[in-house]
Amino acid sequence: MEKILLKNIENPNSADIAEYMKTGGYQSLPKALGMQPKEIIEEVKKAGLRGRGGAGFPVAMKWTFASADPKFPKYLLCNADEGEPGTFKDRPILEKNPHLLIEGMTISGFALRAEYGYIYLRGEYPAAKDILNKAIAQAYEKGFLGDNVAGKGFKFHLAVHQGAGAYICGEETALIESLEGDKGQPRIKPPFPVNVGAFAKPTVVNNVETLSNLPYLIGTGGEAYAKIGSPECPGPKIYCVSGHVEKPGVYELPMGTNLKDIIYSHCGGIKGGKKLKAVIPGGISTPILPPDKIDCAMDFVNMPKHGSMLGSGAVIVMDESVCLVKVCYRALKFFEHESCGKCTPCREGTGWLRKVLGRIENGQGMESDIDLLQSIAGNMLGKTFCPLGDGAASVVQNFIKHFRPEFEAHIKNKACSTG
Amino acid sequence: MFSETAKKELEEIRLKYPNARAALLPALYLAQREFGWLSPEAYEAVSSLLGVPKAITRGVGTFYAMYKHKPMGRNIVQLCTNVSCMILGAERLVDFLKIKYGLEPGGTSPDGQFSLVIMECIGACGTAPAMLVNDDFYENLTEKYIEEILEKYK
Ligand SMILES: Cc1cc2nc3c(=O)[nH]c(=O)nc-3n(C[C@H](O)[C@H](O)[C@H](O)COP(=O)(O)O)c2cc1C
Ligand code: SF4
Repeated sequence: MEKILLKNIENPNSADIAEYMKTGGYQSLPKALGMQPKEIIEEVKKAGLRGRGGAGFPVAMKWTFASADPKFPKYLLCNADEGEPGTFKDRPILEKNPHLLIEGMTISGFALRAEYGYIYLRGEYPAAKDILNKAIAQAYEKGFLGDNVAGKGFKFHLAVHQGAGAYICGEETALIESLEGDKGQPRIKPPFPVNVGAFAKPTVVNNVETLSNLPYLIGTGGEAYAKIGSPECPGPKIYCVSGHVEKPGVYELPMGTNLKDIIYSHCGGIKGGKKLKAVIPGGISTPILPPDKIDCAMDFVNMPKHGSMLGSGAVIVMDESVCLVKVCYRALKFFEHESCGKCTPCREGTGWLRKVLGRIENGQGMESDIDLLQSIAGNMLGKTFCPLGDGAASVVQNFIKHFRPEFEAHIKNKACSTG
Repeated sequence: MFSETAKKELEEIRLKYPNARAALLPALYLAQREFGWLSPEAYEAVSSLLGVPKAITRGVGTFYAMYKHKPMGRNIVQLCTNVSCMILGAERLVDFLKIKYGLEPGGTSPDGQFSLVIMECIGACGTAPAMLVNDDFYENLTEKYIEEILEKYK
């Protein structure tokens, strides 16, 4: 497949506007500005584009809701918080292809009749901040941003807003709170951001990778775009693979590429010819899979049928040397640290899960601890304010579901069998 | 107090937002740069420049992990220990920093050169283990490589 999102990134100057324009950049923008906003949304619908931030929500539907709201100004927020452990797919776009994102946001802004855009960038990406600010300045200079974009009378202003180290700010309503200068704690829905979002105005939040699809999508048209990848879930997808494979890294492939092929063909298989033990397919919050369950197409529609989720497309591969009790414990340390504290089941539950997992890991587990973990997780699931708490509970449930004997052995032997 | 340059910067940042409150996160970053950490004086300054009560500036500031609430070493070593880094040896590196540099997680080396902050995922999982020193990424870390890197900052 030709590279669309990671096009030209081997070029050391790919972040420069001149290089971007040399390879066809900023040609879709004038085309989009010659269309009606409604027509753009229609193309996005034909393309079947789904959000790449984790949930896979249909983009055209979200945009239609925001467009239908009579309030102005409207805001377009790019979610560049990329905090889901294992995920590093947006970073190459932000650092190497910032103009693709800027062009995509300007097209999207026009489709939504939004006047202001912000890129909510995680604090842990300081290099990306400088690169984006420079790229935005270049785009203003060339007239691709500003009061009269490309001379077509459309006003769109764009700025970077830097987060400060809080995973929960990736959740879209927490992101809005954080943009407004508050603690990143999720808001109750409804009202949804498409009606009452940033500064109480209609707001669309989309992921970096999602918005970066727009230049190609508009250039080639929705129908042609929909021929890439799986029919229910079209388009290119950036999979980011880490852990015990020969060639970890980012891979732009058709959406729906088989997980087994990603690991064994694209990434060269398990490092050092060791045995595969487990795969987390879509970032730490998505259900873990044992080796006999990885023959599945990696897209939003298919993965749930195989007991997991596409999530952010962050594949974490673990070989036989890994202790899964320890991994589960580390994951819960993360959730406890990142729980925003707003609701009790998550604030308390993540801490309790972490404590019980910690004592099992340290050889002080009790026989009843597995039941205790199940009971805590069961009392969190469906009772938390936002999906972070649910995610934490389901991580524990799925580790136990597939790897219970390892937990039992830990408790019985008061030690780890993997050393 | 903020320096004149920092005040100017804040005025420019303020223009990017529809109200002053939204400039709070960037203002706290500026304050951290100006004061070294978010001391009571730093909060005082931010509150008066933005016209936002101190209870709010402090409440917001303490929510976020990247705002520092005690004096830090001259360089901040931010080492990831989340799963992708952990399974490729990040914990050994934590031990190494302790033994070789007297660096405890959350602490500062006796000579004040380095502070160590344990990070959640920093988005460098494909080149794990990884860390940031101040604003620079270092990836595929080994003990030897860490020694070389930290030498540069001394
Ligand atoms: C706890 C939590 C963390 C999230 N983190 C991110 C993130 O880092 N990046 C992202 O794009 N979406 C993240 N999301 C999803 C967003 O809430 C939202 O669905 C997404 O940004 C919408 O964009 P999309 O439709 O283009 O995917 C997170 C959701 C939750 C519940
Ligand atoms: S589930 Fe956790 S992160 Fe979400 S609102 Fe509740 S406490 Fe906050």
